[in-house]
Amino acid sequence: MERIVKNRIELKFLSRGDNVALARIAVASLASQMELTLNDLEEIKVATSEAVSNAIIHGYQNDTDRVVKLTGILYEGLLEIEISDDGVGIKDISEALRPAFSTDPERMGLGFVFMQSFMDEVEVDSEVGRGTNVILRKHIGGGTEKRAVS
Amino acid sequence: MSLRLHSKNKTLVVRVEGELDLVSAQQFRETVDRAFQEIDGQNLIIDLAKVTFIDSSGLGVILGRYRIIIAKKGVVVLCGVNKTVQRILELSGLFSLLAVCAEEREAWKIIEERAYRGA
Repeated sequence: MERIVKNRIELKFLSRGDNVALARIAVASLASQMELTLNDLEEIKVATSEAVSNAIIHGYQNDTDRVVKLTGILYEGLLEIEISDDGVGIKDISEALRPAFSTDPERMGLGFVFMQSFMDEVEVDSEVGRGTNVILRKHIGGGTEKRAVS
Repeated sequence: MSLRLHSKNKTLVVRVEGELDLVSAQQFRETVDRAFQEIDGQNLIIDLAKVTFIDSSGLGVILGRYRIIIAKKGVVVLCGVNKTVQRILELSGLFSLLAVCAEEREAWKIIEERAYRGA
């Protein structure tokens, strides 16, 4: 059954560190149109932050002139966030998904662990030299939509 | 993010306010490392009570300081850990690695005890 789209956002931004906050605020603001707990909102923010940080640091190797794409779709009872880059790609996805795998000693290699812990589904699709696409899904409390009071 | 720093003897206290992510982690690293060098630091207290957001970049910078300081036989204590930060710390395994307490004065006690034991 096709899900009904309640809302949708698309963002394209430069691969600058400052835009990590922009991305998570936009996603949190979309997510908060649904009935969810503060805890859920925090988790969604962390997962988004991790995916966008990965695109900048790993996908684009800190090149600040590239473009990260983010799509957020609010379905009845489901939030879906897609983050993609046209960067270097991941050679071995299963290795990248393992905890404590990091190419940098100052980083914890926990990006994917946090995404997997905080979201219900994480899909990673990547091709070396072509880029990486990450889809994060979170089911939200039985599809009850927050109603505006006027 | 803003940082407030002060020091006593060879212990640097860093009070973090705001969001600790990719960008602010870099500021944190530069500011803290410089201040630590200036005082020829031994121990570090990080007060996270006013942190509103932290992700793996934020944890990474804390872990990085921990690795440097532990190699110099110093102590790193985290205090003011709120719920948001605590869950992330637990998931990362840092919670069991670092000394964690509620308030800064307890952090000072931990450092004094370790110094006493080490003497």
